[in-house]
Amino acid sequence: MAVVKKRLKDLTLLEKLYIPEIVKGMLLTLKHLVSPKFTRQYPEVKYVQPESYRGRPVLVEDGGKERCVACSLCSRVCPALAIDVQAAETIDEKERYPERFEINMLRCIFCGFCEEVCPEEAIVMSKDYELTFLNYKDAIYGKDKLLTPVEKLKDRIEFLRKYR
Amino acid sequence: MEILIALGKIIIAIGAILFTVTYLVYFERKISAWIQDRVGPNRVGWFGLLQAPADVLKLFFKEDIVPLAANKVIHAFAPIISLTIALSTYAVIPIGPEVELLGYKVKLVVADVDAGILFILAFTSIGVYGLTLSGWSSNNKYSLLGGLRSAAQMISYELSMGISVVGVLMLAGSLSISNIVEYQYGWMWMAVLQPIGFITFVVSAFAETNRLPFDLPEAEPELVGGYHTEYSSLKFAMFFLAEYANMIVASALIVSLYLGGWQFPYAQEFGLSSGLTVLLQVFSFIAKVLCVLFVFIWVRWSIPRFRYDQLMNLGWKVMLPLSLVNLIWVAFLIYVFKI
Repeated sequence: MAVVKKRLKDLTLLEKLYIPEIVKGMLLTLKHLVSPKFTRQYPEVKYVQPESYRGRPVLVEDGGKERCVACSLCSRVCPALAIDVQAAETIDEKERYPERFEINMLRCIFCGFCEEVCPEEAIVMSKDYELTFLNYKDAIYGKDKLLTPVEKLKDRIEFLRKYR
Repeated sequence: MEILIALGKIIIAIGAILFTVTYLVYFERKISAWIQDRVGPNRVGWFGLLQAPADVLKLFFKEDIVPLAANKVIHAFAPIISLTIALSTYAVIPIGPEVELLGYKVKLVVADVDAGILFILAFTSIGVYGLTLSGWSSNNKYSLLGGLRSAAQMISYELSMGISVVGVLMLAGSLSISNIVEYQYGWMWMAVLQPIGFITFVVSAFAETNRLPFDLPEAEPELVGGYHTEYSSLKFAMFFLAEYANMIVASALIVSLYLGGWQFPYAQEFGLSSGLTVLLQVFSFIAKVLCVLFVFIWVRWSIPRFRYDQLMNLGWKVMLPLSLVNLIWVAFLIYVFKI
């Protein structure tokens, strides 16, 4: 029949009786029954992100224009090939600007490499994580959705200057 | 008129059981959540109270899948056995004393059978067939193992359950549950008089209803879903219903046999009018049953499942001798105190 195995710690008689131990366990669960809960009621109560949070990547809009100079480094570094940049000339000081800048949000893996590689501090990760789309076309975010005023991204830019 | 009263009782009893089952599922989920520091269902309706009806509705619309190699007749018949047995067992449990209603004497029990306990023991034994047949007819090795386990487990625990009940019968001197409840007047509860028998009976009741420390017939990590692996839609709902109905019957039985049934200690001497007394007694019965049901759920989320050999060891080497010790204790009580 069953092989009697030597335990590392032999049970005392009280523990062998089971019932006191069962009562102990039941009291523990009873304590948890009334203790405060950990659940966050999500749609009503939202997560407050720290600055290090990597949400959806956005283009920084400074003085009504994007900072981006269309160097395409982000596009090159993107491991998921999510970024597509089409450069064009402009009379501004920076001489180049992205005529078309698209991020496919179905491909983006929120790694933050684009932000890390950007020499102009022009693409940063925002705190936005609630992304839904009903078809594939909506998932490709163009400049209209990506441009975000610099004031809204202060937290992240400060964080980058401190730690990058 | 007799027939009408009986019919009314049946409708009320079945309605009450079905209603309790739906909300038992809700409370099971709520209490499990609370024990695990979660919130539990709270989206459907006020505090999630419509969650249970929503679940039932969902099960109605599911596709009914029958395995190709299954024995179709028995596969369909097994859940019916389980459910009918679970629902009909409740018939002999009284929820209150005899009352006068509109000039008729009405007993607050569907059928006051003289051999009520034998009826219950017999019917719960038939309930095993539902599980075993469903396990066999599914033509699935996991189901078969679940069915076999349920048969072996029920046989092992029925024995200690029966012997613990003998202790109650010896004191009350009757097989009728109404008489047993009437015997437990005041604080003469059977749980007070024979605590060992109470413990063995409660443990056996857990094993009989396949509740968690002994839910080996459906042990999810080992057997997928156990005997109901191959069931879906309404047939699955019937098993689910039967399991929870069994739980209610087991709680009602524990209350009736050991916790004084509908007796509220010395309720008759409070000087209340007879109607109020009956009301108090019925409510005390319901409150006791709810407490026992809470303990059922509480135990499920506290104690891990037994291993199969541990289950058999406990049944044959611990529970059976303990219930025999209880028998001797009761005999001693009767001999010394002549009660």
